[in-house]
Amino acid sequence: MPLPDAEQTFAALAERMRGAVAFDAKFVGIHSGGAWLAERLAQAIAGDHPVGYVDVSFYRDDFSRKGLKPEVKRTELPFDVEGATIVLVDDVLYTGRSVRAAINELFDFGRPARIELAVLIDRGGRELPIEATYAGARLAVARELSIVLSRAADGRLALTAEAAGA
Amino acid sequence: MRDPQLDAAGELTHLLTLEGLPAELIVRILDTAVPFVSIAERDVKKVPLLRGRSVFNLFFESSTRTRTTFEIAAKRLSADVINLNIGVSSTSKGETLLDTVDNLVAMNADMFVVRHSQSGAPHLIAAHLNRTGNAHVHVVNAGDGRHAHPTQGLLDLFTIRHYKKDFRRLTVAIVGDVLHSRVARSLIHGLTTLGVPEVRVIGPKTLLPTAVGALGVHVYHDMRDGLKGCDVVVMLRLQNERMRGALLPSAGEYFKHYGLTPEKLAIAKPDAIVMHPGPMNRGIEIDSAVADGERSVILPQVTFGIAVRMAVMSILAGG
Repeated sequence: MPLPDAEQTFAALAERMRGAVAFDAKFVGIHSGGAWLAERLAQAIAGDHPVGYVDVSFYRDDFSRKGLKPEVKRTELPFDVEGATIVLVDDVLYTGRSVRAAINELFDFGRPARIELAVLIDRGGRELPIEATYAGARLAVARELSIVLSRAADGRLALTAEAAGA
Repeated sequence: MRDPQLDAAGELTHLLTLEGLPAELIVRILDTAVPFVSIAERDVKKVPLLRGRSVFNLFFESSTRTRTTFEIAAKRLSADVINLNIGVSSTSKGETLLDTVDNLVAMNADMFVVRHSQSGAPHLIAAHLNRTGNAHVHVVNAGDGRHAHPTQGLLDLFTIRHYKKDFRRLTVAIVGDVLHSRVARSLIHGLTTLGVPEVRVIGPKTLLPTAVGALGVHVYHDMRDGLKGCDVVVMLRLQNERMRGALLPSAGEYFKHYGLTPEKLAIAKPDAIVMHPGPMNRGIEIDSAVADGERSVILPQVTFGIAVRMAVMSILAGG
C-alpha cells in the first residue's frame, strides 16, 4: 500500500505542534521510533524541551501471552515528572495499548500536570479511549499490516508496511 | 533426554543450573537485567510485570540473604511472595518433598524459588512439575547442595560484564573453598560458556575437587602465582564448619596463604576487580582493606543480584 513520505509527515507533525505545545513541555519518546522522533521534535520546535525515553515493556498488557521482548531498553527521564507538561511521542498510534502502558509508567515517576500525545501516523483501530493531540498523518491501514518506522544512518526516517506479526 | 529447564521450543522454563545453558540464553538474561537495575533508582521501585502471580520461596536450608534478595526481586515485579521455612514445618511432620510441592501447586503457585541442602532437589521438583502437567509452574534454583547456584553465577557474570565489558579477553581467578562451593561451579560454567579464555582456581589441595581441571580451569595452589595477570578475583567464603573436618590447620594459617590482602592483590592487574558472594569473613579469606577498597565491587554485586533475579523471574513467567 502507498505510504506517505516519513520526512514530509514529520514536517507536518512539527508544524502542527509549533505554537501549540507549551514552551517548557518535556518530550518523552516511546522506544524506539518515538525516541528518534522526540529528539528531532525537540530540535525542530522552539522552546526548552528536554527529551526523555520510556520502554514500556514492563508495563505491557500482553506480557502473559508474549513474554518479554529480547531487548528492553532503559527508561530515562532526566527531569522531574511531578507537575510537568509532557508530550508523549510515538511513531504509530494503533490500538492505544502502548500509550496506556507509557502513561502508567510515567505515573510511577510522579504526577504530571498534563500529558499530550504526538504521533507520526494515526492508523485508526483503537481498542482504548486514547487520542492523539497531534498527528502527522491519519490513514486507514488493513489489519494484516503493521507500519514500521526506520531510521537510516544519515538520520532520515522512512515508513514501510510489513505483514503483521512478522 | 531434553534439558528439563528448557521447553520443546528451547525457551527457559526453569532455571536449575548454568551447566549446558546456551550462551544466547545467558546473554539474554544479562541483557534483560540491565533495565531492571534502574528501577531500584526510582521513587516507585516497582513495575507491574508479575502482578497477580504468586512466588513461593521454598527454603529447606536457611539463608536470610538469598531469600531476601529473591523476595525483593519478586516484590519489585509486583508478585505476591510467600516465604516458607520448610525445615521447621511439613518435612518435620513427615511429608515428602513432592507432596509439599503438589500442595503448593494446588494453592495456585506460579513459581518456586528453591534452596535445598541436597544437590538435585530443584531438578527433582522441576521434573515432577513437567511430568505432572504443571510445567507452567516455574522453578528457580536458589542453591542446591554443592551443585549449583545459578542466579549467583549470573549476577557474578553481570558484574564482570559491567566492569570489564568483553569476556573474551579476561583472566578470572576463583580463590578458596571451591570444593564445597556451588557458587564456584556455577560461575565456572558461565565463564567458560561465555568464552573467557583463562579461568583459574586457587586453593589448598584439600579444598579443591580432585578433578576440577575437567571443568576447563587451571589449578594453582600458590596464590601469588595464580593472581598474576588476573582481571577479576573472586574470593569464596571459607565455610567455618569445614574447619572441623581437618581440611585446614587454622584460620590464621589460611589467611596467610589464601587471604586476599592489598599486597597479594597488587600481583593481579592494576585494574583488577575483587568480588565476593557474601557473607564475608573479614580476616579469614579477605582483608578489610581489600573488602572496603576501591577495587572491591562486592556491594554492587548485591545491587545487581536483585536486577538479575528480576530478569530471571520475568523471562520464566513470560515464557
